[in-house]
Amino acid sequence: MSLPIHATALERVSYYGLRLFSALVLFFLIIPILVIIPLSFNAEPFFTFTEGMLRLEPEAYSLRWYRNIWESQEWMLSIKNSMIIGVCATLLAMTLGTLAALGLSQRHMPFKGAIMGLLISPMIVPVIISAASMYFFFTKVNLAQTYLGVIMAHAVLGIPFVIITVTATLVGFDDNLTKASASLGANPRTTFFKVTFPLIRPGVISGALFAFATSFDEVVVVLFVAGTDQRTIPREMWAGMREQLSPTILAVATLLIVLSVMLLLTVELLRRRSDRIRGVTE
Amino acid sequence: MSMSADTPADEQGIDPQLKARLRKAERFLKIRALLLVVPLMLFVLFTFVMPLAEMLYRSVHNPVLVEAMPEVARLMQEWDSQELPGEEIYAAVGKALVEARKEKTIGRIANRLNSEYSGMRSLLTGSARKLQRYKGDDYKNFMLQLDPDWGEAETWGAFKVLSSEYTLTHYLAAFDMQYDSKGKIVPQPEERQIYVDMLLKTLKLSLLVTVFCVLLGYPLAYYLSILPPSKSNLLMILVLLPFWTSLLVRTSSWIVMLQGQGVVNSVLLGLGVIGEPLDMMYNQIGTVVAMTHILLPFMILPTYSVMKSISPVYMRAARSLGATPAHAFMRVYFPQTVPGLSAGAILVFILSIGYYITPALVGGRTGQMISNLIAYHMQTSLNWGLGAALAGSLLVVVLVLYWIYNRLVGASQMKLG
Repeated sequence: MSLPIHATALERVSYYGLRLFSALVLFFLIIPILVIIPLSFNAEPFFTFTEGMLRLEPEAYSLRWYRNIWESQEWMLSIKNSMIIGVCATLLAMTLGTLAALGLSQRHMPFKGAIMGLLISPMIVPVIISAASMYFFFTKVNLAQTYLGVIMAHAVLGIPFVIITVTATLVGFDDNLTKASASLGANPRTTFFKVTFPLIRPGVISGALFAFATSFDEVVVVLFVAGTDQRTIPREMWAGMREQLSPTILAVATLLIVLSVMLLLTVELLRRRSDRIRGVTE
Repeated sequence: MSMSADTPADEQGIDPQLKARLRKAERFLKIRALLLVVPLMLFVLFTFVMPLAEMLYRSVHNPVLVEAMPEVARLMQEWDSQELPGEEIYAAVGKALVEARKEKTIGRIANRLNSEYSGMRSLLTGSARKLQRYKGDDYKNFMLQLDPDWGEAETWGAFKVLSSEYTLTHYLAAFDMQYDSKGKIVPQPEERQIYVDMLLKTLKLSLLVTVFCVLLGYPLAYYLSILPPSKSNLLMILVLLPFWTSLLVRTSSWIVMLQGQGVVNSVLLGLGVIGEPLDMMYNQIGTVVAMTHILLPFMILPTYSVMKSISPVYMRAARSLGATPAHAFMRVYFPQTVPGLSAGAILVFILSIGYYITPALVGGRTGQMISNLIAYHMQTSLNWGLGAALAGSLLVVVLVLYWIYNRLVGASQMKLG
């Protein structure tokens, strides 16, 4: 919307005021992310822009903090752990979550609201409470300080995202499609893989990406449940930020920002594709 | 409705067998829907609900004395808290202490009693050592001579509290209260009253974060909603990117921004706005700024999606009927945005009340919240019962808010991106 020609002075002022205010809020949102990237190339171990950086002298920039990651055994192990735990937790959350979302979106599902509330609660319950309880319970059943324990804990935290995104793609799902498939002689299995799944696939994938991002970013549960063998990237960052802030953390942060840009773009593309397939227009 | 299998057809002429078959088919569909959900339900039950239940149990379960000194616990249960206990109880305690010293369980008991009434640790360990050599049978007099604390009502009050296997002491402590020697509920001594303050501070900081999110998020969401889709989609990326960026990345970024020689201070100093660096980190300012940044997208997204669905026709109608812009906005537009606004605000409040990472990293001493205290008791002081009671209280607050959220919005309406 732009201003009509007949707008009064007051309307003009408030419109441009709104524009300015929105620009400032967007600036506030994005600036912390933009600040980190150049600082990670700082040649000096400082967290602020040096004179040389501001004058764009090439000597003021360096890749030394990135080399640090590459050369550090702890960081490489944590990257490996984050990938293993993230992928396994995602697969677990995705499989169980998609099945449940399929069940929840059926007309005949009893206690729908209560079950939905329960399944989404891991997202709402403060993570410190979940983490501390898991610590005591997992110690009892020998899951503490194991990969399986961390994977299960991360999966349960990622499940709400899978439920929410898959249920959203199932809203308005045309049941006649499965009926048509069945009437043409397909068994339920074929119907699922040939008809239902391709339609909900965008939702499943974006749910999976959310679950992966959750696991990849999770630190509190790891602090409580994981042992030294299962240290993840956030766990290393946490340690680095509490002990002594090293610019290596900014280099890791920059890599994580690149990863989130990729995840964001993928999810956006999937969402648009899903809307198009289901015939939802903006 | 009366219907039996032997009636061939009811009034509407529907074959009862057909009805039965329909019911059977529906039951089958119901079971099939449930079967799809069962695996996840079991998984969530095992990895999430059972741990939570166990933690809540831990917050009221109080087994130390009952397990280590069953006889003392039994006798203390019968004691009426009025006068000093009789010889029988003194003897039981005396013998149990010697036994506990031999079994090396005394440290655990002493610690637990000490958390009820300070000074108990030295009383117990000191007396146990001397009781070892006592061969007489007048325990009461001997112990009273050993240490006058054995004649104090508070000492026996602590024993009394621990004598039952289930107790509310942890919850009382979480709200700065305790049992006195007569078993009445009284406030903790002033210097031990920290938890209510912490809870109030947590609520205050969460409320501040929520208010800032509303103030910053509402106008931006409105602006995005009136832009043509091509522009708003582009600007939306600026909202979604922080949403997708790691929490630790954003927290570390705020450390870089706000610290003494940080970016914000350097810019302000360079511009000559301030004379010396501002103290913006390791205090409440740091916590509120960083948390507002982290939770702002949770405010913008639901508000935006509601605003997007409001037709501009209503505003035009209000204007054409003579309403001023402000009046039309307040009476026609704003009420329609309330669902999105309240959804976002409650979500932000729920999430911020349980925040742990950001306050721990940028909050310093004054910017800590209740979660940090829970973590402290779980990991450092190892007072698990108290930690569990604090967690239980926080959980109740959050679940009540979640219930309200569910009533207002519906969990299934939650939108991501």
